[in-house]
Amino acid sequence: MTSLHRDPQLLVGDETPWHAAAVPSLVIDRLGAVEAANARSRELLPAALPGAPIADTAPGWLSGTSPVSGVLGDRVFTAHPVRLPDGGTCWWLIDDTDVTAARSDLDRARARTEFLTEASDELLGSLNLQRCMEIAARLAVRHLADAAWVVGPGEPQPVVVATADVLQHDLLDHPPEDVLGLREALLGFPPVPSRWLDPSGVPRWLVPEGFGEVGSVVVTPLPGHAVATGALILLRRPASPRFSGEDEGAARLFAARVGVAMSAARMFAQQASVTDTLTRELLPPVLHQLPGVEMAARYRPASDTDRVGGDFYDVHPSDTEDGESLVVLGDVCGKGLEAAVLTGRIRSTLRALLPMAADHLRMLQLLNSALLSTEHTRFATMVLGSVSRHHADVRLRLTSAGHLPPLVVRGDGRVEEVPTRGSLVGAMTEIEAESAEVVLGPGDTCVLYTDGITEARGGPFGTDFFGEDRLRRTLAECAGMPADALVERVQMVAAEWAGRSPSDDLAVLAITAPRGQHLTAVGGHGPGRYTA
Amino acid sequence: MSAPTTAEADTAEPGDQHTRLWNAVVAGDARAATDTVLAALAAGLEPESVLLDLIGGVQRRVGQEWAAARIDVAQEHTATAINDRVITAVSLAAPPVEPHRGRVTVACVDGEWHALPARLLAEVLTLRGFAVDFLGAQVPTPHLVEHLHRTGPEAVALSGSLAPRLPTAHATINACTATGTPVLAGGAAFGVDGAYARLLGAHWAPDARAAADLLAAGSLARPEPPGQAVDQLPHLADQEYTMITLTRGELVKAVYTGLEEQLPAMRSYTEDQRERTAEDLAHIVDFLCAALYTDADAVFGDFLEWTADVLGVRGVPRRAVLPGLDLLATELREFPRARRILDAGRARLAPEPGPTARTERAAEAS
Repeated sequence: MTSLHRDPQLLVGDETPWHAAAVPSLVIDRLGAVEAANARSRELLPAALPGAPIADTAPGWLSGTSPVSGVLGDRVFTAHPVRLPDGGTCWWLIDDTDVTAARSDLDRARARTEFLTEASDELLGSLNLQRCMEIAARLAVRHLADAAWVVGPGEPQPVVVATADVLQHDLLDHPPEDVLGLREALLGFPPVPSRWLDPSGVPRWLVPEGFGEVGSVVVTPLPGHAVATGALILLRRPASPRFSGEDEGAARLFAARVGVAMSAARMFAQQASVTDTLTRELLPPVLHQLPGVEMAARYRPASDTDRVGGDFYDVHPSDTEDGESLVVLGDVCGKGLEAAVLTGRIRSTLRALLPMAADHLRMLQLLNSALLSTEHTRFATMVLGSVSRHHADVRLRLTSAGHLPPLVVRGDGRVEEVPTRGSLVGAMTEIEAESAEVVLGPGDTCVLYTDGITEARGGPFGTDFFGEDRLRRTLAECAGMPADALVERVQMVAAEWAGRSPSDDLAVLAITAPRGQHLTAVGGHGPGRYTA
Repeated sequence: MSAPTTAEADTAEPGDQHTRLWNAVVAGDARAATDTVLAALAAGLEPESVLLDLIGGVQRRVGQEWAAARIDVAQEHTATAINDRVITAVSLAAPPVEPHRGRVTVACVDGEWHALPARLLAEVLTLRGFAVDFLGAQVPTPHLVEHLHRTGPEAVALSGSLAPRLPTAHATINACTATGTPVLAGGAAFGVDGAYARLLGAHWAPDARAAADLLAAGSLARPEPPGQAVDQLPHLADQEYTMITLTRGELVKAVYTGLEEQLPAMRSYTEDQRERTAEDLAHIVDFLCAALYTDADAVFGDFLEWTADVLGVRGVPRRAVLPGLDLLATELREFPRARRILDAGRARLAPEPGPTARTERAAEAS
């Protein structure tokens, strides 16, 4: 004890700074008895009177030669021992309660942020309702519960049920009233908070097969963009901790993200279906095959995001086998949806004018007045072709309305320009046009195309136009090819020329007089007629 | 010639069927081609085998015969178009299969023109009971992504035959995996062992049968959300790919002009020949870019060897490509990675430099 008194300034005595220190401190002698205790340590350990054995006055964890942590009352302390020269120990007890709590709060908050970020990243990736529900169910069993139900919008309502190892899609075939609060959550209005359920009261169907006993259950609504999108039901086993208020908070934030993602996916599906319906008429048609004539066409809109554009084509078969069918290929000035809308108008006007298809000029004049009478300021160019079969030959009457000249590829590789010209439609009140007649022998093809082909800019140096000469050379190589192979070849060569981003819509249509052996196959007259 | 009778088809060996179909497709005879495959079906050959072994086998031969200069471009396209019609005939004739497996989207890399392998896979998957959406060739990536959002398939099967489309394929793969959909890649573009598929974040199958097996097993791992391309391919940080791609046209022009100065013979070329030469140079640059993107020398080297073989059968010496490569190397002296790839490619064309090559190099150095 003498050594402790060497410096009375520092130690024992009710007047020393040590005694008044804000940190609890006590001195244990080398035999394990309390030698001195400062004011704060006496508040903490009232039995710590000088001479009392430490074992009777302080908790067992307060021993050893290195810092230790433990609980005193409702606080958490870290005790730092300082060895004294006489073999005793001076303990300083630092109150860590708040720091420990803050640290674990921080850890939980970090984990929650990570979970929500992960949830957002995964949910934002998809605009598909089923997939969003799947992602939500997977995330829920990874972070929030042992099993999860995601109930989606619709009638009947789609559900995804997930446990750690099984995920299944289904339809909700039980009344939501079976689960307390589920109906309200699904209605979305009035807004309801999450609800804890008595696990003994949940219906059997809610418990996934092989799940075992249910420890706790919570039902949370999925609020979408201000409309109810569905509900999330979380189940935990008895061995897992029961849902805490904090868990409930995390579940609610998660549910908000899931709801928005599912609602966006649902809106996307609705919009896409509307767009589909509206643009269906504007899409390039599947060509009607005419007996004894091969036809093929291909189209690619300029923009990667559009499905429709300013180029168009149609084939209107004749009512009788020997009659004339009408083929049309054209180009509305402009690109994208606006141009496509005008192609739709032109195509339906031409369809209405089919009874006078024998007179191309008359048809074009009527179309011209129809276009001039609308508010559209756009004009169009096109080629009309009347197609008829005469034995193995195909006869064509072609009329260009300001369009690029049709080209004929003969079976021997010669390429001829069809001499037809005329004014474009939709610009002037008076128009004129001269038709030209062409006979295609077996193996010959007539090619109609839009300026997207000839004006494709690119090539090896990236700066040249594809041009009509190159188109002719390409066609010369295509002599004798079936129509579908020929249009594919032309479009491929032009698209490769243009490189990654064709700047205009590309359309090609080919009319081929098949060689004898095709005739029977394509004409559908059965074997024998030409091969017998 | 009359249509083959059933009796003939019954006794036909696989080799006969192949020969008969081959003759029909190069002749552009859709009827004879259709009859051949229908007879094979009637003789009891499994529809999957008709598609992959008979039609697929003939289609592979189309590629080989073209490379060997035994058929021309028109015949190549005609044969492919006839094969396409024949596939339709098989799918109509084969017993219908009710879809009982998941939904799969089959598409080609945007810009891909070889749609037939993807079509064969789509038909095989349909026969195996998948619900298949075949989007065909020339599908812009935004359309594919929209399709994925709308249909939420289990997987996307992506077909690509040419390495220069690998950067586009990568963008497509990332777009698919971002929606949580795994991608199963196939086709020559992804390398003989699928190394480039894995590099770009896709699964890989060597052929349609293996792809169908993998999809049927349902074991394709769900993809991790993709990061930025440059995080996945750190070598892109040197910007060589970006800069060379952006100046492709000028680069081809510079090399072409250099060739004209070096090779007096070029002055007597026809316009068509000049254009072919320029196109060949553009292809070389495209494959170089693909090699830069993947940082794989083999992408470029394999192309050079293939080109040399194709030129060889057309009577052009293997070494004809070398002056172009040398000029390209000079133009790209500031680009160490491009230089490495060019050197590796050059070495594959001339594995053992003879005295001529040494003389040439000495001449270059002086």
